[in-house]
Amino acid sequence: MSGALLSVEDAVVDLPTPRGNLRAVDHIDLAVGAGRTLGIVGESGCGKTMLSRAVLQLLPKKAKLSGRVMFNGQDLTTLSAEKLRKLRGRSLAVVFQDPMTSLNPVLTIGTQLIETIQEHLELDLAQARQRSIELLAAVGIPAPEQRLAQYPHQLSGGMRQRVAIAIALSCEPQLLIADEPTTALDVTIQAQILDLLAREQQRRHMAMIIITHDLGVVAGRTDEVAVMYAGRVVERAPTPALFKQMRMPYTEALLAALPKLDVAPHTPLPAISGRPPDPTRPLKGCSFSPRCRYSAGRCTTEKPRLSPAETQEHLYACFHPIAAGAGA
Amino acid sequence: MLQAASDPLMKVENLVVEYSVGGKTIHAVSDVSLEIARGETLGLVGESGCGKSTLGRAVLQLRQAVSGKVLFDGHDLTTLKGEPLRKMRRRVQLIFQDPIASLNPRRRIGDIVAEPLVIAGVKDPEERKRRVDEVLSAVGLDPALVSGRLPHEFSGGQCQRICIARSLVLNPEFVICDEPVSALDVSIRAQILNLLEEMKARYGLTLLFIAHDLAVVKAVSDRVAVMYLGRLCEVGPSEQLFARPAHPYTALLIEAIPVPDPDVVRPRACRSASRRRRSPRPPAVASAPAVRGPMRAVPARCRNCAWWHPASSRLAITH
Ligand SMILES: Nc1ncnc2c1ncn2[C@@H]1O[C@H](COP(=O)(O)OP(=O)(O)OP(=O)(O)O)[C@@H](O)[C@H]1O
Ligand SMILES: Nc1ncnc2c1ncn2[C@@H]1O[C@H](COP(=O)(O)OP(=O)(O)O)[C@@H](O)[C@H]1O
Ligand code: SF4
Ligand SMILES: [Mg+2]
Ligand SMILES: [Mg+2]
Repeated sequence: MSGALLSVEDAVVDLPTPRGNLRAVDHIDLAVGAGRTLGIVGESGCGKTMLSRAVLQLLPKKAKLSGRVMFNGQDLTTLSAEKLRKLRGRSLAVVFQDPMTSLNPVLTIGTQLIETIQEHLELDLAQARQRSIELLAAVGIPAPEQRLAQYPHQLSGGMRQRVAIAIALSCEPQLLIADEPTTALDVTIQAQILDLLAREQQRRHMAMIIITHDLGVVAGRTDEVAVMYAGRVVERAPTPALFKQMRMPYTEALLAALPKLDVAPHTPLPAISGRPPDPTRPLKGCSFSPRCRYSAGRCTTEKPRLSPAETQEHLYACFHPIAAGAGA
Repeated sequence: MLQAASDPLMKVENLVVEYSVGGKTIHAVSDVSLEIARGETLGLVGESGCGKSTLGRAVLQLRQAVSGKVLFDGHDLTTLKGEPLRKMRRRVQLIFQDPIASLNPRRRIGDIVAEPLVIAGVKDPEERKRRVDEVLSAVGLDPALVSGRLPHEFSGGQCQRICIARSLVLNPEFVICDEPVSALDVSIRAQILNLLEEMKARYGLTLLFIAHDLAVVKAVSDRVAVMYLGRLCEVGPSEQLFARPAHPYTALLIEAIPVPDPDVVRPRACRSASRRRRSPRPPAVASAPAVRGPMRAVPARCRNCAWWHPASSRLAITH
């Protein structure tokens, strides 16, 4: 897709394991434009993190990536380690689920922010320090000046994630990948962090990828949603279109499994039975077929391809899609 | 405010827990009293850092209380020591909030889950394997596939299930679930919540269910206690608490739940002024805590009209 800031073209990630080859990402195409937000939704283990690590070129050493990751017209898969390192701090930033993954426990917040800023921007210590304080204030950290001297363990989980976001934003990235940035946080903080990301994204006209397993998180906060299952994108649509009319049974099941406030206590949740297939033992047919209540006919023998529905923007991979007009 | 339980299995009386950090005292739990009836699930909600885990740990005697009592089945755990305490503890289990950190990276999953059985003196390896396999299947893992593998081979969600299996392997009577599903994805969360309900029914478990997501808490709890800055600010039967939150903080928590509908999230004005006038104004509660700082930034969803209001129009807490 031309014009997009980031486009992932036919990405495949293979991981050798003692049980055989594990295909974590299976022929994925995606694109995000500047100022746009893409949501990636799917269950644990379906490859969301591996996909984002493929984009960032931060895959485990033994992993094998094929396909292209075009960012600003450059294929990241062909760049040198040094160029990638520069790019990652500067134009391409990431926020992980566990903020401790991106924070160094033995360095103060201030040192980490100032070092990142000075590595990528031409600022002296005083300027970098000033900018750090502004960033901490921007992400809603109270008393930012005093925080500079604190260590990550002295902050609450929500504050640590804010600091991680401040560091990620410190060099004005063009693309921010947030991998389950709020999964470990409580709902009030989650709402704040998602609002914060949305605000910064708009202010900076940054492209953003929000990875989550919660359809509630992407609703209203993304322009487009890609639903992943067993390493593949199984449904992709502009967010309003997706929520108006889900076509893929998996997407519908994900939505149904969310606990709802208007349901009485002790009502069993419509959980999706079973679990995703063992990625070292790919299924011949649709990967969702063992758990799908609509599975029939060629579902178990043939792989449905991701193809457009009524509009070119709404794609899904299913032989028996939920009927249009059946309501989401 | 406190609802008396008819046959309390767990009774916490005026519990106070403090931490001291650099000469300063943090009042993590301030004068908390609650009762949990046999077979009941009490949900405990509140934002990060409000003292939920500390309360759980103090109930288990993993953290010493400054004052107050913890009566389990009539015995005050705060006065027990040595073997009697260890015996009691076997009947009370904790599902940890940060399980990934508590999985030994060098041990195989089968051994990790069997560990409580070994400590409890179950000597027969066949028996241990049977229990481990059962509980692994119960949490949605294939024992044949996972038992021989190491923690790093699993994704975050899978690690969490292993931890839950380990906590259930001893068939405890009372389980403190400290955010057992917070880090789980939506579908496994639903499976685990259903599983906890099944286990509760099958073994007559009594649960203290700690979470920050009210929708999750409502799905499993008979009663809900809302904690704020170390104190309980509201306790009541689930349905009632959600229909008519008495405390503004409870209302705020309800409003922070993400709604899977793109139309309701973007802050907009109320569509109709007449509807807005009917917006419930939460009653002023004498003990309502002052909420400062970033709490104000939470956008609020009007319960009457379902539109989101920007934080500035928040009526409950900031007024
Ligand atoms: N270092 C690794 N070695 C071998 N397999 C791995 C490794 N990391 C992940 N996997 C496997 O790759 C698959 C995809 O994992 P990934 O972490 O990308 O999923 P995810 O959707 O991000 O899950 P979660 O939400 O739990 O983090 C899973 O089956 C997982 O078990
Ligand atoms: N080991 C500790 N040392 C000092 N302070 C602590 C410790 N553990 C928790 N606290 C503090 O106690 C309060 C309650 O923490 P916690 O019980 O972890 O809350 P929650 O589980 O609701 O997140 C917080 O202010 C926290 O910073
Ligand atoms: S292709 Fe068949 S099995 Fe797969 S999601 Fe569609 S109906 Fe279900
Ligand atoms: Mg992940
Ligand atoms: Mg806690």
